[in-house]
Amino acid sequence: MRSTEHAPDMAQNNPARFDIALHAARVAFNGADVFHDLDLTLPAGSFTCLLGPSGVGKSTLLRYFAGLVEGDVSGTITCSDNTPLKDRVAYMAQQDLLLPWRTVHENVVLGAVLRGETPKHDKASHLLTEVGLSDAANLRPAELSGGMKQRAALARTLMEDRPVVLMDEPFSALDPLNRLRLQELSARMLRGKTVLLVTHDPLEALRLGDRVHVLSGSPARLQDAITPKGQSPRNIADPDILAQQAELLGQLGADASEGAV
Amino acid sequence: MTGQNNPHTKSIPLSERRWLKLARPLIIIVALIATWQVLVIVTGAPKYMLPPPADVWSTLNERHAVLLDHAQYTIAETVIGLFAGAALGTLAAIPMALFSPVRFWLMPILLVSQAIPFFALAPLLVLWLGFGLASKIAMAALIIFFPVTVAFFDGLSRTETGWLDLARTMGASRWRLLTHIRLPAALPAFASGFRVATAVAPIGAVIGEWVGSSHGLGYLMLHANARVQIDMVFACLLILCAFSITQYFIVDRILRAALPWQPDSLKPVR
Repeated sequence: MRSTEHAPDMAQNNPARFDIALHAARVAFNGADVFHDLDLTLPAGSFTCLLGPSGVGKSTLLRYFAGLVEGDVSGTITCSDNTPLKDRVAYMAQQDLLLPWRTVHENVVLGAVLRGETPKHDKASHLLTEVGLSDAANLRPAELSGGMKQRAALARTLMEDRPVVLMDEPFSALDPLNRLRLQELSARMLRGKTVLLVTHDPLEALRLGDRVHVLSGSPARLQDAITPKGQSPRNIADPDILAQQAELLGQLGADASEGAV
Repeated sequence: MTGQNNPHTKSIPLSERRWLKLARPLIIIVALIATWQVLVIVTGAPKYMLPPPADVWSTLNERHAVLLDHAQYTIAETVIGLFAGAALGTLAAIPMALFSPVRFWLMPILLVSQAIPFFALAPLLVLWLGFGLASKIAMAALIIFFPVTVAFFDGLSRTETGWLDLARTMGASRWRLLTHIRLPAALPAFASGFRVATAVAPIGAVIGEWVGSSHGLGYLMLHANARVQIDMVFACLLILCAFSITQYFIVDRILRAALPWQPDSLKPVR
């Protein structure tokens, strides 16, 4: 079977071999700084999670890396291989962003189509099999469940085959069981890539992240990273993980009481 | 209503729905004709003011050759005007959505064009383009142009921002972003503009015929009216109605078939 032969190297496809350093980042909306003087390093091949209360600027920080923030912006992004980060990131949002007029397969190859390249249809079919959507390849998004749509979005993200993957709460709209499945699938398929994942769920962050940062305050500051042990996806019933969850909740809660004063 | 789209909540049996779907237009037509007949009886209006349905029916039968001959012109003017107006609207909407200077210059002109009453334009069009088809096609196209342009432009400028972000990270070119995302995303909006246009297109053609022509249902109506052949006027009106409704449903069918992915939670009444 071709698909199983390809499976092991699939995740290792185009791994990240460079660190990304964000330095003195500042973003302001309507004159108010969302954050300033913000530094963050994403080591090559690491999975970093960004946690924080809603509206704190997590998504803005992620979109900063994606080059999607416009307007009052300053700061630098440097890659350790001295090549610009642009065109080396794949982006996955909370909404699946599937185009309703294209089939699942056509959505997966969208990137190539938009760049005017010849789509690699074999690879798309293979990825759809990997995410368990081979039977749905010719369906339109409206015919899929929420979990299936987000799996299709994951396949589209992986199809881009970029060394860096930026994910903005990609699983938050899913039911708990589908969320667990997709977390597992992502942890497996994204191994070797540099990932930045924004989430509001401390357990999700500890399950997937090699480094978990809390972003809080206004203007927002990054707290020191918590580094859960072991390889992801981690067992969320592990006492160490639960202790770290308490620590993260403390960081998040401490912020809430600060805000109340 | 929304339940019809969800396969899990389909509760009305198919046969029953089909029966109602076929019977509904008939019921409406019969009810309208009955109301008409009742009005004739109640008001006691003379035949030269309000002819009874039976008289109009016999006119339709006896004069059908003349009526159909003139109807051909009106139909041709309407259909050609519809496509010309829609094409012009498309040609205006796309550059307006893509380039802001075009938008800033064209939008006021468009609004001003809407301030001109079309009745007032009709004599000018006849003067410039003659008594033939051209002035009526221009009239229909002019009426259609605005709803199509505005609807399509609106659709093009409201592309889901998430799709635009995604396309940017994928390195999409401006042109491919337009052809693969913005245009298809705006098609449902274009379709609603085109539906409105379909409904108003015959008005343009008929106004053009009233002002100056030697053919068409508008011309025929004007002459019959002058000779107090009100049954003939009604016959023309009925043909116009039948044509407008048929045209609308054909267009609606085509648009639906072309956009099967279009969100359709509220199906139009049929």
